[in-house]
Order: sequence, then structure tokens, then C-alpha cells
Amino acid sequence: MIRLRNVHKSYRMGDNLLHVLRGIDLDIAAGELVSIMGASGSGKSTLMNVIGLLDRLDEGSYELDGVDMTGLTETRAARYRGQLIGFVFQSFHLIPFKTAVENVALPLYYQGVARRERNRLAGEYLEKVGLADRAGHLPRELSGGQQQRVAIARALVTRPKVLLADEPTGALDSVTSREVMAVLQGIQGEGVAVVIITHEHDIAEMTDRLVHLVDGRITEDRATARGGAVGEAALAGSGG
Amino acid sequence: MFDLDHWQEIWAALAKNRLRTLLTAFGVFWGIFLLVVLLGSGNGLSNGVTSGFSGMATNSVFVWAMRTSKPYAGLPAGRRIEFTDEDWQALASQLDEVEVIAPRLQLGGWRGGARVSRGQHTGSYSVTGEVPEIQRVQSLVVSAGRFVNQLDVTERRKVALIGQRVREVLFDPGEDPIGGDIQINGVQFKVVGVYRSRQTGRNADEVAQSVIVPFSSFQTAFNAVGKVHWFAVVGQPQVSAKELQEKVLALLKSRHKIAPDDRRGIGSFNLQEEYDKIQGLFTGIRILLWIVGLGTLAAGAIGVSNILLIVVRERTKELGIRRAVGATPWSVRGQILFEAILLTSVAGLAGLVAGVALLEVIAALIPPAAAGSQPSMFQAPGIDAGAGLLALAVLIVSGAVAGLLPAQRAVSIHPVEALRAD
Repeated sequence: MIRLRNVHKSYRMGDNLLHVLRGIDLDIAAGELVSIMGASGSGKSTLMNVIGLLDRLDEGSYELDGVDMTGLTETRAARYRGQLIGFVFQSFHLIPFKTAVENVALPLYYQGVARRERNRLAGEYLEKVGLADRAGHLPRELSGGQQQRVAIARALVTRPKVLLADEPTGALDSVTSREVMAVLQGIQGEGVAVVIITHEHDIAEMTDRLVHLVDGRITEDRATARGGAVGEAALAGSGG
Repeated sequence: MFDLDHWQEIWAALAKNRLRTLLTAFGVFWGIFLLVVLLGSGNGLSNGVTSGFSGMATNSVFVWAMRTSKPYAGLPAGRRIEFTDEDWQALASQLDEVEVIAPRLQLGGWRGGARVSRGQHTGSYSVTGEVPEIQRVQSLVVSAGRFVNQLDVTERRKVALIGQRVREVLFDPGEDPIGGDIQINGVQFKVVGVYRSRQTGRNADEVAQSVIVPFSSFQTAFNAVGKVHWFAVVGQPQVSAKELQEKVLALLKSRHKIAPDDRRGIGSFNLQEEYDKIQGLFTGIRILLWIVGLGTLAAGAIGVSNILLIVVRERTKELGIRRAVGATPWSVRGQILFEAILLTSVAGLAGLVAGVALLEVIAALIPPAAAGSQPSMFQAPGIDAGAGLLALAVLIVSGAVAGLLPAQRAVSIHPVEALRAD
């Protein structure tokens, strides 16, 4: 699904060139639940921006769903973003003057989906995250966990191939964090590649695979206990 | 782009901050309101002043006899010129440009008065001898009876028309002045009509205090046989007043042996010139008003631009979110632009309506012009539909221009940075 080869990215900070990504090779398959860990400044947010087509890479190649994603115009990037990628942010990033269902329906508006269909789909996805009864509420009337679930519904409503979550539990307590992670784990079954950026080990352990980033390079890429279990179960299943 | 959803997105954004939207809208509202009121008032002033010309052919020329200031053809300077019936005939027969010619005689000369009485009532009024054609030059309304006709002139009838004020002084209220006898400098005339001016102001007051008798009757009654004091000449429609004036003066100067370059021998006045001067003045005023009005409007548009810049800054995060979920740069630009246009056109339309309404109220409060009423220099303020639509078009365009900069600013912020802004 995601195929990164030798990806480099630098930022110019005044006179200094900040080399953030220093040759990333990464493959993420459909249906995988991957966490990317790293200290701040390790380049994990930049990596997510590159994968999410919010930022361009300087060097290397990036294929998403078999399509080359290098050198896109901003308009085409916006199109692909809308069709292939869903975002979940640490601070939820819901539009404050729109109700939950309107927030969820927004990506469909930019895809030109008719209003009725839009609202039907938005309602459906709100129900999936267990918030059907909060559809008419404004974000400020919802708890943090509820807001993040609305954001997840918004990220999924376009049926993306990839869901990118930047510290999705960073602003939540441990109980709601687990609720949100349960929702993200549930998506896995639908063939969506889920990439979670986090610095919390217990969150990372709730994913199948852990990619560790240090100074713009991947230093570790392993299956987690859960992933191993899932993998073993899968192996056992296929073997048996 | 133009579906209902699009407008709902814009509406939601504008409705989100009502006070800000209202204040911005007010700037534009005020701009177009002022523009409309200014232009309307300009038109009112223009209407008020030009109504002084109503009922008069603007290519009219007036000439009167004076004293020469230069010796010519062996004749000394300072010679008194007197027009005659022969001049009248010469003007009528020799100048193809002339459409109407009306000679006039006046008792006591220019602005002179005569004693007009009826029994115990008496007053001093201007008395003129006129031909029926004067109606083409002067805007008189016969409110009772009839005007001087051709038969009065050929038969030298002793009939008279009196102004409104003369009637009030000489006749009792309720008394029918038609058929009544009056004495003008001791000569008896029968009243056949009452008239008033179509104009207002000082001119109308003069008209109200005047008496008209047939031209020929004046000549015989007041010892002026063959004499003419004053000619009013109306040119053929295609002839300009200036051209006519030159022709008339040239003919009269040659007939009276006045030096061609003598500016004093014959006095003349041409209505077109006055009319053009006033028209020019109002064209100038109108241009000035447009400049002032458009300036105010531009200030409003700049206000919109300014506010939208702040709005864009405030909404940086929201726009970042929109772009993260698939909004293209053009859809973001379009949204800001349409917000600007919607804001300016709705507010502008309201300003247009309010301005026109105010002008209508003012127009309704101005008493209708009538003879003898106070001089009204301000009449029928209002703007024509063309000017209104033009103002609205200017508004929409300025809205779009006002939106351009903020729209560009909105897409220039990178979505990553936009999302980072908290």
C-alpha cells in the first residue's frame, strides 16, 4: 500500500539546512496497524506529512496504492489526500462551528458527494464510532475522547486506503486512549493501513508493528507482542 | 461550485461571527448609501436649477436696443438705437434660421412699471405688449381665460392678461376677473385671461406682477407706433443658439449702421449659453460626487479586504483542516472570494435600497413646485436605474478585488503550518 524508498527531506531554518529524513525505506501493507515511534525531532511528524501528501519529499520515491506520488501539484495532492488518506490529529482538529455530523461529512463535500448521501454516510460512520446520538452536537459539547472518535469517523468516511494518526491519544487520559485505540484496531479488519505516530510505549504495543525513528533514520522495525500474536495466530491458522 | 452546499459553507462561515460580519457589511453599506444619496442629491440640485429653463426653447436669442459705443459710417458714438417694425419684418423674411420671432414692448423700458388700476384698487406693474408667439419662448400657464391671439393683434384690441398677483390686488376674492375693465396709464383694457409662470422663484414673482396686452394695441395705446423694444428669436431646431445670435446681430447691426465690432449698440442674450454653463457645472458636480462616492466605496471594499485578511488569519487552522480533508487550493480561494462578494453585494444592495428610500422620503417632503412658492433649488432627487446598477456592478467587482488578496493569503499558508497553529 505504502512504499517509501530512500526518502530524504530537509527544511531550511534560516541559514541552516535541517536534514530531517535521511533515507527512509518503508513498506506498509493494507490492513496493517503500524506505530512510528521516536523522540521529538526524530522526523516522525515529517514522515507522516510526507506519507499524507501534506509535504513533498526532496529525494527518493513514494508510491501509494501503486501510484507514484512524487512531484504532484497542490491540486492533485489535495485530490489524492481526499480520496486515499484520512487524518487523525492529536488536538482533533474538528471545525468548531460545525456539528459532529457536519464535520464528518466535510471531506465528502470536497469530493462533490451529494448532500443527502453525504449526511447518510456521515451518520453511518458516526454510528461506527459509537456516537450516533451525538450527531447534532458541536465539538465543544463533546468530551476529548468523543471528539477524537468524531475525527476518526471523518478520516474514515471517504473510505481511505491509509489512515494517519498523529499522536491520536496524546490529549487523552488512559481510559479514553484505550477506547480510541480500540476503534483504530477495529479499522484494521477493513483493509485500511493504519499508521499511528506516538511516543507512548503502551500505545505502540497496541499496534502490530513498531517502527522506531532516530534522527531521520529507521533504527528498529519489529512486530510487537500483539502483532506477533496476531502473526502467530495467522500462521497457526494457515498451518492448521 | 454554485450549488446550495457551496452557499451553505459560505453562510456558515459568515454566520459564525455575526458582529464581525455586520461591521464589515456596514462599511460597504455606508459606502454605497453615501454614493446613492450624493448622486441623488446632485440630481435633485440639477433638477431644481434646470427646471428654471422648463418650457423655454434653449436655442432662443434675445436682443434689445442700446446706445452705440463706436462711431461708424459717419455716425457718432453714443447714438441711441431703436428697433422698428421693419426690423421685425427683416428678421422674419431674411433669416432662414429663424423659426419664431416675437417682438415686445414694455412700458417704462426694461423693468419699468406702469400704473394699473381698477376702481379704488391700484398698483404698479410691468406692462408688456406681446404677440401670441411669445408662448414659444416664455413658459406661461394661462390659468383662466385665454392668451393673446392673432385677432387681438390684427384688430388692435384693447384686451389684457394679468398675472396672479395683479388679479389678487385688483379684483376681490371670488370675483371673476374675465371681462373686468382695468386702466393702464389711463387707457382702458378688458381682462381676457389670468396667467402664471411655469417656473418658481424670483422669475415667477415677476411674472405674477405683470400685465400683457397685444403688441399692436400697445403700439397705438402707448404712443409707440412702429417701435419694438425687444426681440425674442427662436431658431430652427437644428440651428445652434450661438449661430442664430450672430446672424441676428449681424443683420440688425447692418440695418442700424452699427460698427460690426461694437459690443454695446445691441444687447443680446442667448439661453443656450446659460443652459450649457449650468449643465457643465452639474456635469462637474456629478463627476465630483462619483469620485467622492467611489472613494467611500473603495474605503468600504478595503475594509472588507482588511477584515478578510484577519479572518483568514483567524481561520488558518480551519483552512488547514479543510485542506487536510481534500480541499483544493482553488476551493479555498473560491470560498474566500465568494465570501467577499456575498458580503459586499448583500450589504451594497441594502445600502442601495436604503439610499433610494431616503431620497424618496426627501422627494416626498419637498412641496410640489407652484407659482409664487418659495424658490426651490432642490427638486426630485433620485438616481436613475443605470447609475444604481453601475454602482452595484462596481460593488461586486470591488468585492472580488477585495477578496483576492485574502484568498491568496489563505492558500499561501502551508497546511502543515496551518494545522500546527493553535
